[in-house]
Amino acid sequence: MPKLKPEDLEQISERMRKMVVLREGAARAKIIVHMGTCGIAAGARKIMAAVLALMEEKDAKDVIVTSSGCAGLCSREPMITVELKGEAPVKYVDVTEDKTRQIFDEHVMGGKILAKYALAIGSERVS
Amino acid sequence: MAEYRMHLMLCAGTGCVSNRSLKIEESLEKELKKHKLEEEILIVRTGCNGFCAQGPIMVAHPGEIFYQMLTQKDIPHLVEEHFLKGRPVKELMYTPPEEKAPVPKMGDIGFFREQRLIALRNRGLIDPERIEEYIARGGYTGLAKALTSMRPDEIIKEIKDSGLRGRGGAGFPTGRKWEFTAKAEGEEKYIICNADEGDPGAFMDRSIVESDPHSVLEGMTIGARAIGAHHAYIYIRTEYPIAVERMRKAINQAKEYGLLGEDILGTGFRFDVTVHRGAGAFVCGEETSLIASLEGRSPEPRIRPPFPAQSGVWGMPTNINNVETWANVPEIINRGAGWYSQLGTDTSKGTKVFSLVGKVKNTGLIEVPMGITLRKIIYDIGGGILEDKKFKAIQTGGPSGGCIPEELLDLPIDYERLTEAGSIMGSGGMIVMDEGTCMVDVARYFVDFLRGESCGKCTSCREGLESMYQILTEICEGKGKESDVELLEELCAAIADGSMCALGGTASNPVLSTIRYFRNEYQSHIRDQECPAGVCRELIHYLIDREKCTGCLLCVKNCPSDAITGERKEPVNLNQEKCIKCGICFEVCKFKAVEVK
Repeated sequence: MPKLKPEDLEQISERMRKMVVLREGAARAKIIVHMGTCGIAAGARKIMAAVLALMEEKDAKDVIVTSSGCAGLCSREPMITVELKGEAPVKYVDVTEDKTRQIFDEHVMGGKILAKYALAIGSERVS
Repeated sequence: MAEYRMHLMLCAGTGCVSNRSLKIEESLEKELKKHKLEEEILIVRTGCNGFCAQGPIMVAHPGEIFYQMLTQKDIPHLVEEHFLKGRPVKELMYTPPEEKAPVPKMGDIGFFREQRLIALRNRGLIDPERIEEYIARGGYTGLAKALTSMRPDEIIKEIKDSGLRGRGGAGFPTGRKWEFTAKAEGEEKYIICNADEGDPGAFMDRSIVESDPHSVLEGMTIGARAIGAHHAYIYIRTEYPIAVERMRKAINQAKEYGLLGEDILGTGFRFDVTVHRGAGAFVCGEETSLIASLEGRSPEPRIRPPFPAQSGVWGMPTNINNVETWANVPEIINRGAGWYSQLGTDTSKGTKVFSLVGKVKNTGLIEVPMGITLRKIIYDIGGGILEDKKFKAIQTGGPSGGCIPEELLDLPIDYERLTEAGSIMGSGGMIVMDEGTCMVDVARYFVDFLRGESCGKCTSCREGLESMYQILTEICEGKGKESDVELLEELCAAIADGSMCALGGTASNPVLSTIRYFRNEYQSHIRDQECPAGVCRELIHYLIDREKCTGCLLCVKNCPSDAITGERKEPVNLNQEKCIKCGICFEVCKFKAVEVK
């Protein structure tokens, strides 16, 4: 291990930023892969693997990936929800690995909602 | 590095390890593998989270979901439901005593919500054995700032302005202490980190070293730069094996990264640290005893002056600070004295770490701003008294602290106010006592501890504590005399006056404070031969309430001295002559038919 200089501390911090973001929950974007039994049966695990691979490939530092249960629309699984900070969550249905890449590029990294794959914008209400 | 979508922060502090958290880790690894999640989810061993009563503890990120009291059999369900399918498991979350529904997020739990973390800023958030994780959360930037853009006198001024005072107990202003050592003449100067935590029931220093050893090392290195020292010792008790191991690892990593050793951060400054294991004598917490022990002599204090700042280890100027004090230093340098001194009271700035134990629902380790009231600590953070019994007293400051009664619960705590109340801040032990505690017995317990730990050098401490113990024992046995209370007060003054170090100097606190606030309990023991709390064996006896007794014979089976006899479904008889007052019948009876009088 080379001996550090003061400026190297910043580099290590930058390299480890994902860890801090994940543990402090202060992310710019959140990707939720729906992993209910229905989602998994429809291939959600593959979608999750694809999302994680994209995270690495794009070196997305302030994005959190998480899972959640069945959203109630089992026929349209696999589903993912993208939530940018301060914006309403967007649900994407019938996703494939290819669609995931497009959603990741345009919405997560680019900030533009991909309307053609989106089911709805916003969350259902619980009353 | 592979992408992990989830970090499982598993507590591997001493408390949780004793509660088998490492077995939980084995089960987690197995289950994650089973679901092929091992490349998606990372298990991180952290230091103590502080909520030791609920261990083993695990926090799942993202989401900060707090799981507690985990057992191995919970893990398969937890992994499948939450970590695979994303449905947090409510049954394994914490439900505060006053609420019905579990609280999923760690930060929403009362125990954590009221805390303010500075010394413990990284607890539970990093793997203490990975220096990169410490750096990722801003670690070693305070050192970089101190080495590259501050003169030694500027560092000292910053610490002075912050108002930081010694967290080991006495509360001496840290900046002034550094200044004395910096100005002292000597060919070599030394720094010592006092991690000889000897108070029964206290684990502040252990927990800091276990959860964030680099914060201590960084603070020490900044101090070394300010003082002009190049060598340091960490005096840590050998009963803390996990802390010793983590500190050694941290030192090695810091050396590899050039954060310790020669030419630190390329600035030319050199500093090395040696871990010295202590054998666990309470008196070694006193600085001159600690130095004697470090040099290989028997740990006896000596008269000051000269203070260690003039003549410490190997006769050289030495600056000793406690673990918690050192851990605060990097944050003060990073954020500035102004930021730190906003917190706290007029005389006591910043936060203090306390170990909250005894008859309180949420036992554990807490860090709170100075000036918080005892009531807030006991009821908001501690969750109130166990079994909702009545609060009686809180003992602060370890064995040589005093007992503070209910009428002072709204006291905002800082160094001065605790002293006025007849106690001390000490290193931060807090023992909560309920109505079932006899205050004379408590005084006797602490005097017994102190007489065992007295090094014996000063006659007043050695003989005085012995005499006090005998008098207190006689009072507990109902053989006390009217004049005893006065005699105890006289002895207290003599011990405090005639002892060289703080052990003798503060040893009278448990006795004086219990006399001050609970004099009536002393009088009941002496005049009426009664122990109001029903604790002192010689003064109580057990009775069977014949109306309530169902004749289940459970007490008969459990009585070790065959003092209870009886027939099934008939009230039993207790033979007072045979009874040894062990209290087992009282504990086993399901019908409250055994009474203490």
